[in-house]
Amino acid sequence: MKLKIVVLAKQVPDTRNVGKDAMTAEGTVNRAALPAIFNPDDLLALEQALRLKEQNPGSTVGILTMGPPRAGEIIRQGLFRGADTGWLLTDRLFAGADTLATSYALATAIRKIGGVDLVIGGRQAIDGDTAQVGPQVAQKLGLNQVTYAEEIKMEDGVATVRRHIDGGVETVKVPLPALITVNGSAAPCRPQNAKLVMKYKRASCPMERPEDVPYAELYAERPYLTLNQWNVADVDGDPLQCGLAGSPTKVKSVQNIVFQAKECKHLTASDADIDSMVRELLDEKIIG
Amino acid sequence: MNNVFVYCEIEGTTVAEVSQELLTKGRKLADELGVQLHAIVAGTGIKGKVEDQILPYGVDKLFVFDGEGLFPYTSAPHTDILVGLFKEEQPQICLMGATVIGRDLGPRVSSSLTSGLTADCTQLEIGPYTDNRSGKTYENLLYQIRPAFGGNIVATIVNPDHRPQMATVRSGVMKKALYEGKAAGEVVYPEVSKYVSPEAYVVQVIDHHVEKAKHNLKGASIVVSGGYGMGSKEGFDMLFKLAKVLHAEVGASRAAVDAGFCDHDRQIGQTGVTVHPKVYIACGISGQIQHIAGMQDSGIIISINTDPDAPINNIADYVITGSVEEVIPKLIKYYKQNSK
Repeated sequence: MKLKIVVLAKQVPDTRNVGKDAMTAEGTVNRAALPAIFNPDDLLALEQALRLKEQNPGSTVGILTMGPPRAGEIIRQGLFRGADTGWLLTDRLFAGADTLATSYALATAIRKIGGVDLVIGGRQAIDGDTAQVGPQVAQKLGLNQVTYAEEIKMEDGVATVRRHIDGGVETVKVPLPALITVNGSAAPCRPQNAKLVMKYKRASCPMERPEDVPYAELYAERPYLTLNQWNVADVDGDPLQCGLAGSPTKVKSVQNIVFQAKECKHLTASDADIDSMVRELLDEKIIG
Repeated sequence: MNNVFVYCEIEGTTVAEVSQELLTKGRKLADELGVQLHAIVAGTGIKGKVEDQILPYGVDKLFVFDGEGLFPYTSAPHTDILVGLFKEEQPQICLMGATVIGRDLGPRVSSSLTSGLTADCTQLEIGPYTDNRSGKTYENLLYQIRPAFGGNIVATIVNPDHRPQMATVRSGVMKKALYEGKAAGEVVYPEVSKYVSPEAYVVQVIDHHVEKAKHNLKGASIVVSGGYGMGSKEGFDMLFKLAKVLHAEVGASRAAVDAGFCDHDRQIGQTGVTVHPKVYIACGISGQIQHIAGMQDSGIIISINTDPDAPINNIADYVITGSVEEVIPKLIKYYKQNSK
């Protein structure tokens, strides 16, 4: 069976290795200090999609991402690994979206793409860790849903999914069309393919290009180098359900975390220091 | 109408601890708001087996949905139950565990009801809110407080206009306690088929395997925890020796888990387990805020780190500046010597 697969992918700031300069003096996030990366769980989702494509000849894999124009990079990274196409949802009206408004935008785009058999995304993005967008998209499109997947097999339009659950594992059968989110324990994504990098390195969305477009003839000659770029109107979206306007959750306040320094004992690794600390803890019945 | 609801999660006929923790919190919120606490549980063959695990936490009304296909959990039937019931009951707040089930179900319900959902809250409070744009003031909203952006900031989220205000909370973040006041304790058994259509049972669970937890990190009185500074999986294994001597459990930072030093189920922090031990020994952990969020309520914190400026040292009671390779064997040695 030929599958039309859409991978949900997000460009995120790399919050895993936040250095001391990640926050400004005012307590806001210093985005410049954090590199923008392909959300790690979404890369694992891409790998599952590419495997399904290989096992089901004639299948296609497209990357769907929402973000500012520079998020076109996510589509390129997908193409470098074997995706066939991609769509960038970009519009100021999408800005400030919470998970619900994000899922609305993605759902309208998937409807616009049409005929999608399988939507697959990472379990969660590292900048929010909410894991909400996948299920919210599934509900809006009436798709069957499986979260926390580790391995996906497909036969006759039914996916058999091994998934992580609290304290164990589960295997479920889910008929298509479905939405599956992939857990961090799934197989790592394949590296970029050098030939594909050569082919797609100049692929870009119109909004990513400077006004005076270099390689203009190249883009005229090779239409696959122009990536799909959609705004709210392109996906027939309702502006009131997008971005900040469509977000039921509001941020009341944001606080930088400050820990009150405690009175503390400074010790070295010397035998005397360790010995006396252990004695102290034993005497006060804190340990033992 | 306008009550506080808690979705209770089960494994077989056992109610999850996180649900009891949320019932305790839900009761406090209901008391503050002057409304009732209602609970929902759905499973197969649970009638007569789960009520006693739920009612003592101060539940005024418990909805038990008992029917074939409701256990093991799948998304659609449980979503239909909550969406259908919420349309009738119009709750103002709904809480569920930030577990695999809660994180599968919560967004599905919120998407259907177009209500806001905040994941992984670490505090829940009631308070007023003024919308800066419209100038409109709201009373008695649920403050959903959670770390954001990798734990570097704490955000307070509100849902001014949409109900229910939904939030998930991780296991161990709230403390469970039996209710000392008097709650109505009514139990109803609604007809499942009134809420769930036959087509909803489309996902088939063909194998469901849950093992008893290999460790009791959440309840441990001493936690020995390792970070990226343990250097390798072999280096990390030294912590198990220390833990054995101290009768402690072993935890890890996200960096250590990402590096493959130990299993994910031992991760402590915002996206892992929250612990409150008497003693927390942080070995080679720099102390990113997302880690600190999961252990800051520990009694005594001991930090072992080569970097005297490691952020975790700011909250430590004992800071040992030195390498884990040197300090940990000495800890073992002097504990054995002195505890005889």
